[in-house]
Amino acid sequence: MSWRNRNHPTFWAFLVHRLSGIALTLFLPFHFWTLGQAIAGEAALDGFLRWAEQPLVKASEVVLVVLLAAHLFGGLRLLALEFLPWRDGQKSLVALGGALSLVVGLAFLLNLA
Amino acid sequence: MPGQVDALTVSVWRGAAAGRYVDYQVPHRTSQTVLDIVTYIQRRLDPTLSYRFSCRVGVCGSCAMTVNGVPRWTCRTHVDRVAKDRKLEIGPLRNLPVIKDLATDMRAFFDKWARAKGQFQPPATPAADFARVDPASAARREADAAIECIGCAVCYSACDVVAWNPDYLGPAALNRAWSLVNDVRDAGGAERLAAVSGDAGCHSCHSHQACAERCPKQLNPTAAIAGLKRATLKAALTGAL
Ligand code: HEM
Ligand code: SF4
Ligand code: SF4
Ligand code: FES
Repeated sequence: MSWRNRNHPTFWAFLVHRLSGIALTLFLPFHFWTLGQAIAGEAALDGFLRWAEQPLVKASEVVLVVLLAAHLFGGLRLLALEFLPWRDGQKSLVALGGALSLVVGLAFLLNLA
Repeated sequence: MPGQVDALTVSVWRGAAAGRYVDYQVPHRTSQTVLDIVTYIQRRLDPTLSYRFSCRVGVCGSCAMTVNGVPRWTCRTHVDRVAKDRKLEIGPLRNLPVIKDLATDMRAFFDKWARAKGQFQPPATPAADFARVDPASAARREADAAIECIGCAVCYSACDVVAWNPDYLGPAALNRAWSLVNDVRDAGGAERLAAVSGDAGCHSCHSHQACAERCPKQLNPTAAIAGLKRATLKAALTGAL
């Protein structure tokens, strides 16, 4: 039954939250390592930044930014749901969080170009 | 036959934990419910089919099954709303052991109501007078929101956290606990909050809202559980828990 039963907005929001949480957990050590390269010396960092200029790397950065934004907005939605008095319209809030995440992704993309 | 339109192919779970879906051809009628289909199969096609129902009007909570992958009360689910390409798949509720065919063993479900201290706890010394509860008060409105539960286990079957952690008290028991937390006559408050705040209690809920999505009475266990999360946190912070 599982997936047919799961087909509703708040479940998809949960799935995005978990996957983005895992993605962030995997990404952050890598991110800090990159920043560490700056300390290691300019050459090492430049080499890395050149690698990061590739289109595929750029594209995955955009995806990552969207996931980070989705995790942030989704997390705020959950915290509000659990710590503030209940409000109806949870599906609209999921949609709002999704829309804001895409806006953030778009802003990042425009900044890249 | 009057009102008969065409035939439906209905796959029904036969067996216990091990078993398989068996196809039956059932005439399609107007205003037919999923329970009508199951009853037709049992009365006309195979009398060995086991299933449960009682009231047929959405009151008793005994007829819940998994219909095309989604838990539903079958007596008030119209076939026309759920059949796809004249096909229906009817199985037992998820998250409960199957006894036979469409009948599940609901003991774990109801035992959890007891574990969540779902029974009214009168004060040690009986109240001297009737409790006067303002219908418009916030607590009464919270209790109202939870009180219409028919114990059908649709929410319990829909909840993924129950599937992941079989000890999890689940939406219906926690929903019940929340209505008692808001009952000003009840004296079991601290014990109940302790009972629902353990590892298998309200804090295990991930707010998927599958329970609220599927509850046939349109109750909102997620909101009740969020209330319990706040109440237990407050009790912990003030040293009452
Ligand atoms: C930006 C601010 C953030 C907020 C507001 C936030 C909020 C939340 C919340 C409320 C949950 C609980 C979800 C649930 O109950 O199912 C959660 C889960 C999680 N978060 Fe975050 N988080 C943030 C940043 C991060 C970061 C930076 C990481 C990575 C290092 C991360 C990794 C995770 C993981 C792995 C989970 C578990 C997912 C799950 O249980 O489904 N989060 N977050
Ligand atoms: S909101 Fe909580 S209780 Fe309801 S289905 Fe989701 S995890 Fe289960
Ligand atoms: S809360 Fe709703 S779905 Fe759950 S047992 Fe009660 S009536 Fe059924
Ligand atoms: S038979 Fe009673 S609720 Fe369906």
